[in-house]
Amino acid sequence: MITTSGLTKIYRSGGREVTAIDGVDLHVREGEVFGVIGQSGAGKSSLIRCVNLLERPTSGTVTVDGQDLTALAGRGPRASKALRQARSRIGMVFQHFNLLSSRTVQENVELPLEILGRSGRERSAKALELLDLVGLADKAKAYPAQLSGGQKQRVGIARALAGDPKVLLSDEATSALDPETTRSILQLLRDLNRQLGLTVLLITHEMDVVKTVCDSAALMERGRVVESGTVGELLATPGSQLAAALFPVGGDPSGPAGTVLDITFHGESTGRPVISQLARNYNVDVSILGAAVDTVGGAQIGRMRIELPGRYEDNVVPVGFLREQGLQVELVDPDEEAVDPDEEAVVNAKAVVNAKEVTK
Amino acid sequence: MTWSEMQPLLSQASWDTLYMVGWSTLIAIVGGLPLGVLLVLTDRGGLLQNVVANKVIGQVVNIARSLPFIILMVALMSFTRLITGTTIGRDAAIVPLAIGAIPFFARLVETAVREVDHGLVEAVQAMGGNTWTIVRKVLVPEALPSLISSATTTVVALIGYSAMAGTVGAGGLGDIAIRYGYQRFETGLMWVTVAVLAVVIALIQFAGDAGARALHRRGGRGGPAPRLRLLKAKEPDTATATDAAGIRRTA
Repeated sequence: MITTSGLTKIYRSGGREVTAIDGVDLHVREGEVFGVIGQSGAGKSSLIRCVNLLERPTSGTVTVDGQDLTALAGRGPRASKALRQARSRIGMVFQHFNLLSSRTVQENVELPLEILGRSGRERSAKALELLDLVGLADKAKAYPAQLSGGQKQRVGIARALAGDPKVLLSDEATSALDPETTRSILQLLRDLNRQLGLTVLLITHEMDVVKTVCDSAALMERGRVVESGTVGELLATPGSQLAAALFPVGGDPSGPAGTVLDITFHGESTGRPVISQLARNYNVDVSILGAAVDTVGGAQIGRMRIELPGRYEDNVVPVGFLREQGLQVELVDPDEEAVDPDEEAVVNAKAVVNAKEVTK
Repeated sequence: MTWSEMQPLLSQASWDTLYMVGWSTLIAIVGGLPLGVLLVLTDRGGLLQNVVANKVIGQVVNIARSLPFIILMVALMSFTRLITGTTIGRDAAIVPLAIGAIPFFARLVETAVREVDHGLVEAVQAMGGNTWTIVRKVLVPEALPSLISSATTTVVALIGYSAMAGTVGAGGLGDIAIRYGYQRFETGLMWVTVAVLAVVIALIQFAGDAGARALHRRGGRGGPAPRLRLLKAKEPDTATATDAAGIRRTA
């Protein structure tokens, strides 16, 4: 639905060049919620603003719904008519809501329709319908100043949906909101994604946002996408920073003698009593160092750090058993906390299989 | 001079002042609003960025603003004659008043429009709005409370200018104060004139503030522009019609 290839944005100021986006290739599938996460200054805000060409990329292309927007841009700083029409089919919500204080809630939602040249009756019918959809039907006549942050963002979302877009861009939409309001706004985005088949590209610096709503995610660092994939794929990738951040497991081993393993459960395997089977069948003592089960992108996922007595060589059979059960197993090196190269190859092969399972 | 002698003089003069100020305010708004918006749009990073146009408009506005009004009035005499056929009387005074007030109001408009959150402009761009839509639906409506304050400031300044226009036979309250109060030592009439001016300015200021505040209340962002409060504090100065230079500074 949204594809960027080789997207680069360089800002020039006073002879200095700052590369905000450095050759980003991103692919957002139709109907998914895609999260781009990164710290401030990672270039994610420039990236999302390049998608509807509020920011003109220095090079590279942006394709939204089969239309190459970079080709529509036209010359000069002003947007061509074709680009403006394309923009009207892409909804956008902002961190600071950007509602017009001089207009009521309903008039704010009607604004995109005014730009599209719809009649007054059509506008108000559509606006009221959208306000109902976001749960603010009773606030139609209020002014934005009379609303709470969460309500303002709901108005922002209703406004973004007024032009019946297929794509919604969310520029840190929840970053100015408290945790509870954030949850309700994310829930709304998720519902809209399901009900309307809306493709959502959101950028955020909060891992929780990705965890709650995203099907796929990309991690940006200094203008580059360093990791990208469905949440399942990411969790199955050993050494993935995103997976570790999404789903941290901790716990220190009891002594130097044991073998410490990180186990990731996906889909069906979450429900099976694997650990007790392991203990019974191989007569080993399993210590659980840390564990968590959570729902990520709508799928249940568990991670566990366990310790088996003895060195890794002594535990090949139990580890093999765990892998047979469809679990992803990573050896935690007590000194380096990293996976050894052989192990990585095995786990990678497994990861592909697991990813397929999850995406199904 | 008794009240019955003063009264017809005063009512005619008040009417003349309102007539001159009213028309010139109208022209100043019609001319200054687009000029002020253009100053913002053509500026670096603006929607119609055009550095040359911006510099030219900016310089014209600066020159027009830096001329003392009484000199501008004299300088414009032939132009005034071209338009109204005369350089004497209240109709003739409207021409230099309006031309003096256009750049004045344009600068205030520029400041007001610049204060509009750029995020709003971006939001409308993201909806597919063009520059004209942004001016009409975002910049002007969002700046409206400030624009009303600016218009109020302009009216008050124009009342000051109109007193100077009195010196070329335009009539009005300033004219009375000078001819009777200064040249004929009718101190009583002068003080009455000053009082009338003070009341008129207070009323205008009150109406302008109330309008700006009413719009702000629904907008809910900040109070009325600080510029207005500053002006209010110096109101005694403004009321002294004869102290023309004082008015220019305060306004």
